[in-house]
Amino acid sequence: MNFPVLSVITFTPIIAGVVILLLPAQRKNEARAVALAAATFALILSFWVYFHYDQATAGYQFVEKYSWLPALGISLHFGVDGISAPLVLLTGVVMFTGVLISWGDDHPHVMAGIQDRPREFFAFLFILASGVFGVFVSLDLFMLFFFYEIAVFPMYLLIAIWGWIVTREYAAMKLTLYLFLGSVVSLVGVIAMYWVAGQNTGVYTFDMLEMEKAGFSQVFQNIWFLPVFLGFAVLGGIWPFHNWSPDGHVAAPTAVSMFHAGVLMKLGAFAALRVGIMLLPEGAKTWSWLIMLFAGVAVVYGAYIAFVQADFKYMVGFSSVSHMGLVMLGFSTLNREGLLGSGLQMFSHGVMTALFFAVVGMIYDRAHTRQIPELGGMSKIMPFATGGFIVGGLVSMGMPLFSGFIAEFPIFMGVWGRQWLVAVIASISIVITAAYIMRNIRQVFFGEVPEKFEGHLTDITVLDKVAITTLCLFMIIIGLFPSFMVPMVQTGVQNILRLLGGA
Amino acid sequence: MFTPTTFASILPEILILILGMLVLIVEPFWKEEQRRNVGWLTAGGLLISMVISLLFGQPGAPTTTLGGMVRFDWLGFFFKILFMFAGAATALLLMDNEKVGGRGEGYLLLLASILGMNLMASSADLVMLYLAIETTSIPLYVLSGFMLADAKSTEAGFKYLLFGALTSTIMLYGFSLLFGFTGTTDIYRLAELLQSGSLSLTAAFGVLALILVGIGFKVSIVPFHFWAPDVYEGAPTPVAGFLSTASKAAGFAVLVRLFFVAFPNFAPSWTLALAILSAVTMTVGNLLALPQTNIKRLIAFSSISHAGYAMIGVVALTQLGAASVVFYLAAYILTNLLAFGIVMAFSRITGLEDLKDYAGMSRRSPWLGLMMLAAFLSLAGMPPFGGFVAKVVVFAAGIQAGYVWLVIIGILNSVIGVYYYLNAMKYVYLYRMPEQDEESHPLPLTRPYVIALAVLAIGVILIGTVFAPWFGWSNAAALNLF
Repeated sequence: MNFPVLSVITFTPIIAGVVILLLPAQRKNEARAVALAAATFALILSFWVYFHYDQATAGYQFVEKYSWLPALGISLHFGVDGISAPLVLLTGVVMFTGVLISWGDDHPHVMAGIQDRPREFFAFLFILASGVFGVFVSLDLFMLFFFYEIAVFPMYLLIAIWGWIVTREYAAMKLTLYLFLGSVVSLVGVIAMYWVAGQNTGVYTFDMLEMEKAGFSQVFQNIWFLPVFLGFAVLGGIWPFHNWSPDGHVAAPTAVSMFHAGVLMKLGAFAALRVGIMLLPEGAKTWSWLIMLFAGVAVVYGAYIAFVQADFKYMVGFSSVSHMGLVMLGFSTLNREGLLGSGLQMFSHGVMTALFFAVVGMIYDRAHTRQIPELGGMSKIMPFATGGFIVGGLVSMGMPLFSGFIAEFPIFMGVWGRQWLVAVIASISIVITAAYIMRNIRQVFFGEVPEKFEGHLTDITVLDKVAITTLCLFMIIIGLFPSFMVPMVQTGVQNILRLLGGA
Repeated sequence: MFTPTTFASILPEILILILGMLVLIVEPFWKEEQRRNVGWLTAGGLLISMVISLLFGQPGAPTTTLGGMVRFDWLGFFFKILFMFAGAATALLLMDNEKVGGRGEGYLLLLASILGMNLMASSADLVMLYLAIETTSIPLYVLSGFMLADAKSTEAGFKYLLFGALTSTIMLYGFSLLFGFTGTTDIYRLAELLQSGSLSLTAAFGVLALILVGIGFKVSIVPFHFWAPDVYEGAPTPVAGFLSTASKAAGFAVLVRLFFVAFPNFAPSWTLALAILSAVTMTVGNLLALPQTNIKRLIAFSSISHAGYAMIGVVALTQLGAASVVFYLAAYILTNLLAFGIVMAFSRITGLEDLKDYAGMSRRSPWLGLMMLAAFLSLAGMPPFGGFVAKVVVFAAGIQAGYVWLVIIGILNSVIGVYYYLNAMKYVYLYRMPEQDEESHPLPLTRPYVIALAVLAIGVILIGTVFAPWFGWSNAAALNLF
C-alpha cells in the first residue's frame, strides 16, 4: 500500500483546525504557528503530488479507495488527473499565502491580518480548505458533494464575522443562499443520475468512473445537464448567477477573498466540468451554445463593470467574474484548445486573483480606503506590493511571457474554432481589462501620495512579501516555461475528449 | 408461553421498569439537596439498559410474542435504543433544572414515557398500540406542566393534554372502525383481510384519515401542529427537547409500521395525501420559523418542518424510504437534543430565551458556540454533520420513488432553513453583548451538561461522517417491513 498522499492532503487542514481549536483562546501566536505549519505541510505534499504525477501514463493517479457506505455504493475514492493536480497545487499555494497574509501585525496604524479570534478564523478557514481539497480529489460523486458543502458553509462565518463591517451580513447571507441553492439543484440532478445509472448498469454506485459508462439516454442528458452544470457553475460565478460573487469578495477579509476568488470559484467550475460535462457529455453538446452565450456575456460584461468601479476591491471582484467567464467559455467549446485553456486559466486566474486581493487588502489595511480616486503614490510606500500588482496586472491583461497569455490564447483559439463571432466579441474584454488595469496602476501606485497618508503609512511585512513572491513566481514560471503545466493539463483534456466521443 | 425470545423481546421494557422502581425506592432516602443525583441514576441506568439490550436483546428473524401483542424485530429494537439514549441525555439535562431535576418524580415520569415509547415502536396489535401511546402521553402531559408556579408551563401541560386527548380519541375511533371492518386488531393480519376486499377505498381512506390525526399530533405535522410551539416554549426545556425528538420519533415508528405493513394496498391514495401533507408541513414550519424571536419557538417550528422532511421517506414507500426515515430520525434526535441542551444550558445561567440574548455567546463560551453551530448546521443539512447525510438519503428515496416535485419543495425549504439557522448563528458569532464585556460574563457548564452535550455533539459528527453503521442498522430496520 502506497502512502495515502491525497487523503493526507485532504484531512491535514481539518485536523489542524481541530488542533487550533483546542489551544487556549489567548494563545493567538500558537494558533497562527500551527496554521502555518499545516499549510506548509499541505503545500509540500501538493507539490509532491504535482511533480510525481506521471504524465506518460496519464489517467487518475495516487488512487485510494475505501468502501464507505457499500449499501448505497458510496466510497471514499480519491485520485487526481491532469486537470485536478494543478488545482490541488493551487489550493496549497493559496492556503499557504493566505495564512501568511492573515498573520496579524500589531503595528499601531495597521489593522492587518486577523486580530480578533484568530483561533476560530483559522479553524473555519481550514475546514473550508479541507472541503476544497476534497472536491478536487474526489472520484465519488457523493463525497464530492459532501466536500463541496463543507467548502460552502464556513464562508458564511468567515465573511460575517471577520468581513468588512458595512456589507458583511448582507453579502455573507446572499453568498451562502446562492451557493446552497445552486448546490442542491445539482444534488437533485446527481441523485437522478445515480438512479438512472443504476438502472442502466445494474450497479448502484456514486463512483464517477463507473457512472461515466452508464450510457445515459440523450433525453435524460438534455434534461439534467443544465440543472447540474448551472447549479455548480453558480459557484464559478457564471452570468447571470454571478451577483453574489463581487459582494462576497468585497465583504470578505483578505485571506478569505483570496480563497474565495482564487480557489472556491474554481471549485464551481471544476465540479461543473467533472459532473456536468464529463458525466453528461451529450447534454453538454446540446447546451454548449447556451453556456457559450452566458460565458461570453460574463466575459465582456464583467470586464465592463470592473472598468467603471471606483472601489478597488469591487474592481478586482468583477474582473474575477470576467476571467471566470473565460474558463466557462473554454468549457463551452468542448474542443481540445478551449478545454486546455480553461484548465490553465483556472490555475493562472487563481494565483493572479489571490495576488490582487492580497495587495488590495494590504493597501486597505493601511490606508483604510479602497476608493481608487483617493489613493495614489503607493509605489513609494510599498514598492514590493506595487511590483507584485503589476505582474498580476500583466497576467490579467494576457501579456505574453506571463501565465495569462498561455491560458487565454488557447481559449480564444478554441472559441474561434466553434464560433468566430463569439471570439471576436469576447476579445473586446482584453482591451477593457488592459484599460482598467493600467488606469488603476497609474492612479493607485504612481503619482503623488495624498496628503492625508503622508508619514503614517508603512510598508508591508516580510510575511506579506513572501506571499507576494510565491504567487508571482508561479505566474512567471508558467509564462516562461509553459511546459511546467501545459502537458499536464493536456493529459486531463485528453480524458475529457475521450468522454465527449472525439479523439 | 414465556420463552427466552419472549423475554428478550421485552428486555428493554423490563429493565426500564426495574430502573423506575429503583428510582422510586431510592429517592426518599436521599436528602432534598442530593435528589438531583437521581438524574445520574436514571441516565446511568438507561445507558446500562441500553448496553444490556444490545448484548442480550438483539432480535433475530422477526417474530411476534406475548400473544401477538409485541413484534420483535430490528425496526422496534433500533427505535428502542434511540429512545433510551434520548432518555439518558434528557435525564442529564434535567438534573440542573432546579424545578424539575431536584425531584424524583420527574425522572420517574420520564422513564414511564420511555417505556411507552418502546412499546409504541414494537406494538403488533392496535389495542397494544393504543395503550402504548397513552402510556407515553400521560407522563409527558404531566412533565410539560411540571413547573406549577410557572403560568406558561401550566398552560403548556394543559394545552398538550387537551390536544392529546382529543386526537387520541379520534384515532381510537379509527381503530375501532378498523376492527369493525376486519374483525381483527392484529396489525399484521389487517393487510390480508383488507386485501380481500371487505373495505371500500373511500372507507379505507376515512379510517386512515382518522388514524392519521392521532399520529399527526404525535409527530406534529401540519395541520396538527398548533400545540407544538406553545408547549415547547412553556414546558421545561429538556422536556421540550424530549417531546420534539423521542416522542416525535415514536410517532414515526408507529406511522411507518402501520402504513407500510397494514395499508400498502391502498398506497396510491394515502401516499399522495401524505406527500401533500409533507410538502405543507415543511413549508409552513419553515415559513413560520422565519419571524420567530424566541429560540425555543424557532426550534419548535423548525422541528415541525423536519417532520415534513422525514415524511418524504414514508411517502416513497420503498425499503430505502423506510431506511431513510429511520436514519433521518436518528440524526435528528441527536441534533435537536443538542440544540435544546444548549438552549437549556444558556437559559439556566442567563434566564433568557430570546434570540437577541444570544449576542456574543461565542465569546462568552467558545465551545458552547461551536456546539450550537454544529447543531444548527446539522439541522440546516450541512456536512460533516448528521443532518446532511440524512437529508440526502431522504431526497434520494423521494427521487427513486418518482416524487421529484416533493424533493424540489424539500430543497427549496432547506434553503429557507439555511437562512434562519444562519441568522441565529449571526447572534452567536457576530453580534456583541450590548455595552458589556463578554469576558466577564462566562457561561460555565455543570458536569451533567458537559457530558450530555459532548456526547451529543460527537454523535452528530459521527453520524455525519462515519455513516455506514448507522445506515446499516436503519436498513436492517427497514428490511423488516418488507
